[in-house]
Amino acid sequence: MIWQLDLAVLALVVVAAVGAVTIRDLLGCAILFGAYSFLMCALWSIMGAVDVAFTEASVGAGVSTVFFVAAVFRTTRRTKD
Amino acid sequence: MKKIGLLIVILTGVFLIYATADFPRWGDPASPASTHVSPRYIEKSMEETEVPNVVTSVLADYRGYDTMFETTVIFAAGVACFILLRIPGSGGPEERLYRHVPTGITIRVKDARNVPSRLAQFERIDTLWVPHDLIIKTACRILIPFIQLFALYVIAHGHHSPGGGFQGGVILGASIIVMAMSHDLRASIERMGEKVNALLCAAGVFIYAGTGALCLSMGRNFLDYAALAPLLHCDPVMARSYGIFMVEIGVGIAVMATMIRIYDNVSSAGKYDEGL
Amino acid sequence: MSQVISEVLAKYNYWIYITLMMIGLYAMITKNNLVKKIVGMNIFQTAIILYYVSIGSKKGGTIPIIEHGHGAGTHAARAAEYINPLPHVLMLTAIVVSVATLGVALALAIKIYNRYQTLEEDEILSQIRGK
Repeated sequence: MIWQLDLAVLALVVVAAVGAVTIRDLLGCAILFGAYSFLMCALWSIMGAVDVAFTEASVGAGVSTVFFVAAVFRTTRRTKD
Repeated sequence: MKKIGLLIVILTGVFLIYATADFPRWGDPASPASTHVSPRYIEKSMEETEVPNVVTSVLADYRGYDTMFETTVIFAAGVACFILLRIPGSGGPEERLYRHVPTGITIRVKDARNVPSRLAQFERIDTLWVPHDLIIKTACRILIPFIQLFALYVIAHGHHSPGGGFQGGVILGASIIVMAMSHDLRASIERMGEKVNALLCAAGVFIYAGTGALCLSMGRNFLDYAALAPLLHCDPVMARSYGIFMVEIGVGIAVMATMIRIYDNVSSAGKYDEGL
Repeated sequence: MSQVISEVLAKYNYWIYITLMMIGLYAMITKNNLVKKIVGMNIFQTAIILYYVSIGSKKGGTIPIIEHGHGAGTHAARAAEYINPLPHVLMLTAIVVSVATLGVALALAIKIYNRYQTLEEDEILSQIRGK
């Protein structure tokens, strides 16, 4: 595995995680969580774990983000922290 | 609270980093994780089960008991969502919005329980209605059969390529969720009803446990697929491969039904009339 | 000094995973909003999965699908050429269980919102204690 690519994607993963936790809009939080899931999938395929990457792509970046957006739709979008 | 939280987090992080001093180097072939039982799985998977994808053979054959309870956990999560959220049609008057299609006028009906479900010139709209985009509707209608075909391919080809039961089941569920998002939640419930969904969810777990019980009834251990060789008229190695395929089908069905169920319950908060 | 540097380079992966775990833990402990806590829980779970998958990697190993030629006889597979598949199997279960947990957690959040009309933890607690 190519360590430069690995390091770049790891840095992006940390940025996406910090962003998802800090942002004040819950819909933005859900979308950033989807981006975090997708970057995790890329990381695992760099490491050679193709089954895990496939599952995370379909489950995390697909269905999980939809559940979050549906829940935010049913409750509220604004938050104070 | 934030300062206490930050302190706890930093302390835990420092302890964990201190513990990494004992870890083996990254990528070490002689690390403890890679030495005890996994070389046996890699070397013997092809000759004992005729399945090249070692992850699938370990998941469904060598560690099949684990996967059966995982499928049960998914089924339990679907049931839990259903119990928490589902409100059967409430007794009082319910308010609905209808739109007259030729003119575009929206009317609000205060007690809509007696309105027939199919009207000639009125369509029922959600509370946050936007004109349904023709491009999205048509594109999704064309794409959904191919998504389902790909999902069936992923389930069936899990022996030779990355994939298997879970991934294919989630993609199948996602195809119905795409239908619910692009058209209407009611349109998707017309096609994949609530009762059929619940039955499929249980049927998936039943197929998995049933395969195990079938092996038990043929005289060998639970989930020992070599017992299926007389039933399928093949040698025990191929019988293990077919046994893996059967349980992957069960897992795929259970996961698909649970994903649809969780989406239906969460996006409509239990009422099953308006969705995303 | 060079030993510290070589040590850091060999194990920087572990440190980044610990950072991710701590971000998730921080979100679960300190955030007031329930949906943020759920996001923190999921970040923690995926960081743990990343950790397990990374301990199964081997230098120079390829993906754990045995190469078999069409029609050629099966040759013995050497375990050192393939990366360790056992953590992958355990983490497949973990991912699917995490999405099931996410569904139930979001259902609980919707129920709490229906009852208290808010998702902030301090407002919910003051409503419970005030009544």
